[in-house]
Amino acid sequence: MTQDSNTENTNERSHGIDISSLQRSDNNLRLEDEKVALKVEDLRLSYGEKEALHGINMTIPQNRVTAFIGPSGCGKSTLLRCFNRMNDLVDGVNIQGKVLLEGSDIYDREVEVADLRRRVGMVFQKPNPFPKSIYENVAYGLRIQGINSKRVLDETVEWSLKSAALWDEVKDRLNDSALGLSGGQQQRLVIARTVAVKPEVLLLDEPASALDPLSTLKIEELIHQLKDDYTIVIVTHNMQQAARVSDYTAFMYMGDLIEFGNTDQLFTNPEKKQTEDYITGRYG
Amino acid sequence: MSEPTHETHNQHISQQFNQNLSELRNHFLAMGGLVQRQITDSVDALLNSDTSLAESVAATEKSVDEMERMIDEECTQIIARRQPAASDLRLVISTVKMISDLERIGDEAAKIAKMAIKLSDEGKAPRGYIEVRHISQRVTQMVSGSLDAFARLDANMALEIIREDSSVDAEYGSAIRSLMTFMMEDPRSISQVHNVLWVLRALERIGDHAANVAEYVIFMVKGEDVRHMKIAEAEQLISE
Repeated sequence: MTQDSNTENTNERSHGIDISSLQRSDNNLRLEDEKVALKVEDLRLSYGEKEALHGINMTIPQNRVTAFIGPSGCGKSTLLRCFNRMNDLVDGVNIQGKVLLEGSDIYDREVEVADLRRRVGMVFQKPNPFPKSIYENVAYGLRIQGINSKRVLDETVEWSLKSAALWDEVKDRLNDSALGLSGGQQQRLVIARTVAVKPEVLLLDEPASALDPLSTLKIEELIHQLKDDYTIVIVTHNMQQAARVSDYTAFMYMGDLIEFGNTDQLFTNPEKKQTEDYITGRYG
Repeated sequence: MSEPTHETHNQHISQQFNQNLSELRNHFLAMGGLVQRQITDSVDALLNSDTSLAESVAATEKSVDEMERMIDEECTQIIARRQPAASDLRLVISTVKMISDLERIGDEAAKIAKMAIKLSDEGKAPRGYIEVRHISQRVTQMVSGSLDAFARLDANMALEIIREDSSVDAEYGSAIRSLMTFMMEDPRSISQVHNVLWVLRALERIGDHAANVAEYVIFMVKGEDVRHMKIAEAEQLISE
């Protein structure tokens, strides 16, 4: 039997099961292969004398969920706030370096901060709906842009509430006050309000830490669904949450980015000992 | 305790978690299908002196090994990322254990295939093939039964496999005795019959591994560890 007919024969008889067809759906992602949504270049931030970020370099991949984890005071929230210039409001803050959104520096003098914050939306730890109706909360961002067409507003409100997985629960009471919703619903309403203006990036600062476990899972599932349309960056002090929702995880410590990579890799076999100590609960 | 069903395994709020678990189950069953074919192919190769079929068993073994690695990794990642609890946790832990049994079944089939090539080179069908045929049918059924019990989450079906194993062990014992007698009567046949003994031994081990899989299925469904237990005690535990 020649070599060729031998291989052919074996293939034919290995029962036609192609192992590569059985690969997992969330296949191994590689940061190098991703499109870049945000690029951070040597970002340094100090509050007065105290430097909180010591030169961060990283790229946030597009249409993925990136989680920042690390102990309190490590700078993860500070870094997140840099992405839509929330830190501008803090007294005595000094920022150096660049944050590039689609190639242009968001700290450039010509950048309109209001416009930037429309492109990079943010959701905070505590749900902060306005004391208005559910409908008006979602429509707010459009109204301040000068959109008043009822048809456009209606469509956007419905679409946004649907993307925030809240529509079915509130569609019959859109004119009720948003403050009557539960905490978990309020948080999803805030997410609906943020996506209504069609941002490119969604920043979530501990979005589930004030919620019960079930609402937390709903928010996490929502995050998973939203990544098809948005780039999501989430800060969480719940490591398990980072493991559940994110594609990439960044571990920060004392103002430095220690490790940044694929979540599967980081949670099963981190490269740095500091990361391992933190995720296994060995930090003092 | 509430027993898991396919519905409960698919009711997580997280669709991704549902998907991870159902992929894990499908991959396990695909690996099971692969080793099942390895057994029937290796025995057919032996009984029909088909050496090329025997060679294909060795090729399939590579796929089985690769699947074992892949499923192991899947389980590790589910544990790291999802922190599964209760029936989900039992599913993941059992799968880790069961795939090593499946892989060992594949190894035993490869041994049979090796013996098939050896015996075919020596020509002339020796004694013991009737026993091989019969025991192989029983253990093949045990393997497919244990996979079925896994797919249906059926503890009683799994218990049936464990019962079947002790009866296969008894049949193996009596086959060994009759072949021993034969070798004593005709010492020239010893080298050939010796190879057949290895085949019977491999089949008996396959039965043991199938019973192990069945034990993990019971653990998955009932949460009871029935390993190293008398069958009557296991029955008692399950019926409770």
